[in-house]
Amino acid sequence: MSKRLLSLNVNGRLHDIAASGNALLLEVLRGPLGLTGTKQGCDGGECGACTVLVDGQTRLACITLAASVEGRAIETIESLAQGGRMSRLQQAFHEQLGTQCGYCTPGMVMASEALLRSQAQPDEAQIRAALAGNLCRCTGYVKIIEAVQTAAGSAGSTGAAR
Amino acid sequence: MKRDPHNPARQPAPPTHSVGQRTPLVDGIEKVTGRARYTADLPVSQPLVGLIGRSPIAHGRILAIHTERARALPGVRAVITGEDFAAPYGVIPIAQNEYPLARGKVRYRGEPLFAVAADDENAARAALAAVECDIEELPAYFSASDARAEGAVALHDNKPGNLERRVEQDFGDVDAGFAAADLVLERHYDCAEIAHGQLELNATVAQWEPEAERLTVHSVTQVPYYLHLMLAQTLGLDSAQIRVVKPFVGGGFGHRVEPLNFEMVTAALARAAGGTVKLELTREEVFLTHRGRPATDMRLKIGLKRNGEITAIDAEVVQRGGAYAGYGLVTILYAGALLHALYTVGAVRYRGFRVYTNLPPCGAMRGHGAVNVRFAFEALLDEMAGQLGIDPFALRRANLITPPYRTLNDLQVNSYGLPQCMDAVEKASGWHTWHERRNQLPGSGQLSPRRAAPSGLTPPSAASVGALKRGLGMACSHYVSGSAKPVHWSGEPHAVVNLKLDFDGGITILTGASDIGQGSTTLLSQVVAEVLLLPMARIRVVATDSALTPKDNGSYSSRVSFMVGNAALRAAEAMKRVLVEAAAKRMEVSADDIEWAGESCGVIGTDRRLDFAQCVEAALVDTGTLNIKGAWSTPPETQGGKFRGAAVGSTAGFSYGAQVVEVEVDEDTGAVRVVQVWIAHDCGRAINPLAVEGQVQGAIWMGMGQALSEETEYHLGLPVRCNLVDYRIPTIAESPPIAVTLIESMDPLGPFGAKEASEGGLHGCPPAVVNAIADALGLRLSTLPVTPDRVLDALVARRRAHKLQATRDTAQKA
Repeated sequence: MSKRLLSLNVNGRLHDIAASGNALLLEVLRGPLGLTGTKQGCDGGECGACTVLVDGQTRLACITLAASVEGRAIETIESLAQGGRMSRLQQAFHEQLGTQCGYCTPGMVMASEALLRSQAQPDEAQIRAALAGNLCRCTGYVKIIEAVQTAAGSAGSTGAAR
Repeated sequence: MKRDPHNPARQPAPPTHSVGQRTPLVDGIEKVTGRARYTADLPVSQPLVGLIGRSPIAHGRILAIHTERARALPGVRAVITGEDFAAPYGVIPIAQNEYPLARGKVRYRGEPLFAVAADDENAARAALAAVECDIEELPAYFSASDARAEGAVALHDNKPGNLERRVEQDFGDVDAGFAAADLVLERHYDCAEIAHGQLELNATVAQWEPEAERLTVHSVTQVPYYLHLMLAQTLGLDSAQIRVVKPFVGGGFGHRVEPLNFEMVTAALARAAGGTVKLELTREEVFLTHRGRPATDMRLKIGLKRNGEITAIDAEVVQRGGAYAGYGLVTILYAGALLHALYTVGAVRYRGFRVYTNLPPCGAMRGHGAVNVRFAFEALLDEMAGQLGIDPFALRRANLITPPYRTLNDLQVNSYGLPQCMDAVEKASGWHTWHERRNQLPGSGQLSPRRAAPSGLTPPSAASVGALKRGLGMACSHYVSGSAKPVHWSGEPHAVVNLKLDFDGGITILTGASDIGQGSTTLLSQVVAEVLLLPMARIRVVATDSALTPKDNGSYSSRVSFMVGNAALRAAEAMKRVLVEAAAKRMEVSADDIEWAGESCGVIGTDRRLDFAQCVEAALVDTGTLNIKGAWSTPPETQGGKFRGAAVGSTAGFSYGAQVVEVEVDEDTGAVRVVQVWIAHDCGRAINPLAVEGQVQGAIWMGMGQALSEETEYHLGLPVRCNLVDYRIPTIAESPPIAVTLIESMDPLGPFGAKEASEGGLHGCPPAVVNAIADALGLRLSTLPVTPDRVLDALVARRRAHKLQATRDTAQKA
């Protein structure tokens, strides 16, 4: 398939990328743009590891054609830490051990970011609903919920007692 | 090393304690910012694309593989087959019967058969399609019973009857034990095959430097050292030609505890092409690589005294092993070794059968070998407690070990926190008031407390609402902290850690221990920091690069905290001695007069002090850079008995756990929801309580997946659930709160008393779930996973039986 120039707005920067019409957003992010924070964990739309934001909404980059998001605001995990500071979600995922192997983490953090932008103080059910498309194989999700609650300033106890 | 020029006399920082602190992962920031580089993320300049061609046939003789057309295609740099490898591989030295690409025969659908490297993916796909294979089909067997049937064709010529390993172990007088019992019960249990489901797809980058004849491999492994050995063996290279590096790894759970075919294939492609090859598997191919927990059929008979004392056990376990050996013989030995060593028992008869079948090879998965037998054992104990009218906690308390203790099968128990674990979850779950509480809340309308309440330690506000039935179940478990006998009996220590200290005052831990997300790098930093009383900021970890770091056997059988932790502890103690002696020499006193305080040290009883920088300067005089080694080995008494297979199950420290699970069962749909889990885990000493909680929660949750939804499925050897939708890993929507209590039994051999934390809890979850379902429904299910259709079938069968009985009763009255 012949290539054409795509104009993509990724993390606030404009990039002209030569890509074929069937190139997936995930391939463009990880390949020519070198943004390897966005992960692939499945054969298409199963695991959520590639979750990015397009105009503030979650999108699975592994089943999104790059050409379909030209001119839209694409945000990846690399955009969240600003001025040498992690975002509140990144900080909370780090400090509360919302990450173990870390492979689902970028997708998990981006899905949480979309949630907190639309709902500053989500309750636990809203957190569960927002992250239901993101699989994690390490944590059992307990500390992920705690991390999102901490970032939202709505931390409740989630069952770690000593 | 930096000094404050404005305040040269600044007081040094006080001593810092790291062990026991809730410590975020030292590599956590890289993970949450997306900066962590996993194998597929590594910046490689224009690698060739590797792809694997797989067998469409489950069992057959390879007559020919025609590669000429593929080789002639544009952009194709290498096409290889099984004939391109020098030797077979396998993680166990006495059971190596697998080639990275099939040779002579194919033994499962999807087995790697040939591989290509090309300039881009399109060229590689074209090359794959151009290879033709002539395979003479043989009868294939997809169940252990079919493979064992008389007249079945042997998958491997040296294993008649397709029996990979038969285990016979007898301890004590089993018949006398049953004769002395007040209750003897025998049941059958089945567990489906399950898969690890680690989120990171398999990938390898291999670079061959033709001029120097050197190979560098970056891969997703948990065992870089075993991979190194098998790369040398299968490629016919001197191991000095090879460098193996493990970058960030996105989970393992046992999938990656043996060298895997694609890793050696990528290396062979790189050599054949004379360049760098990157090979990434699809999720479907990860399922084909498999190495998960085998489908297991069990017959279990237990004899109990009226007070719950276990008098005898008779168990038969059949594992459907798949097509190759892998860890198989270890798995079937673990099933016997850990079946009964949790308690004191009178006598044991164990018969284990590991069977070859034409399916992807099974291997080690979290809780290796012991999870399915624990399910059977704890489920049967629960049923027998009911029949004896004993509380399940009381039954287990009748069989507790007092350490130090040697089990019937010669396993050494030095610490045993199980009684405290049971006390903790009995109390936390409100176990003894459960049935009152359940009965007091009829139809309260609390359909789903999870939606209503936060996931904290809410008391079980349970009710049986319409068709929704609540139940509570418990189970106990244990697991090893590393195998006391290593896979290779080389005479080397079990673990070696190097510490480097130089002019900059930074300490670098050089370790081969594979952090795969469990936090071992963080733990080793804490151990070294604690011994030296230094802040963690002074410590860096360089890990898993065979050119730099000492050999390590890898991350499996929960060995790292215990063994590598002990080696790090010893290395740090040795470094502290060097620093103290240097400080003593500088201050012209005896080393005994020095009080070490981390960032400074002083002469006891005086105000004479050196800061850390001055200590380092003093220590480097005459010697330069300090390189200090720490090593650790398991004491001989922990290495098991003398009988055949005795090494498996032996460990320097057993972890223990007890858990209570609350379930809600929908009688109309058969759906089971775990409402809450209370787990107490004896980890010896929680070096990092935050990480231990995370490991325990993850283990419980993985056990819940096995209990409720996870199962592979094959149609004539073709996997039909090889994606993350049909292979049902629990999502956040159906995952319960998991309340963790840590019990610190302070193991005499563990580093700072620490033991295993990542696997032991898993074993107890499936039986606790099934016991809770029995409490809710009065039905004992014996097949995992307990999917809605299985629950519904059992409910319907019971209804039919009741109806039939009622009809008979009416007929009799008439």
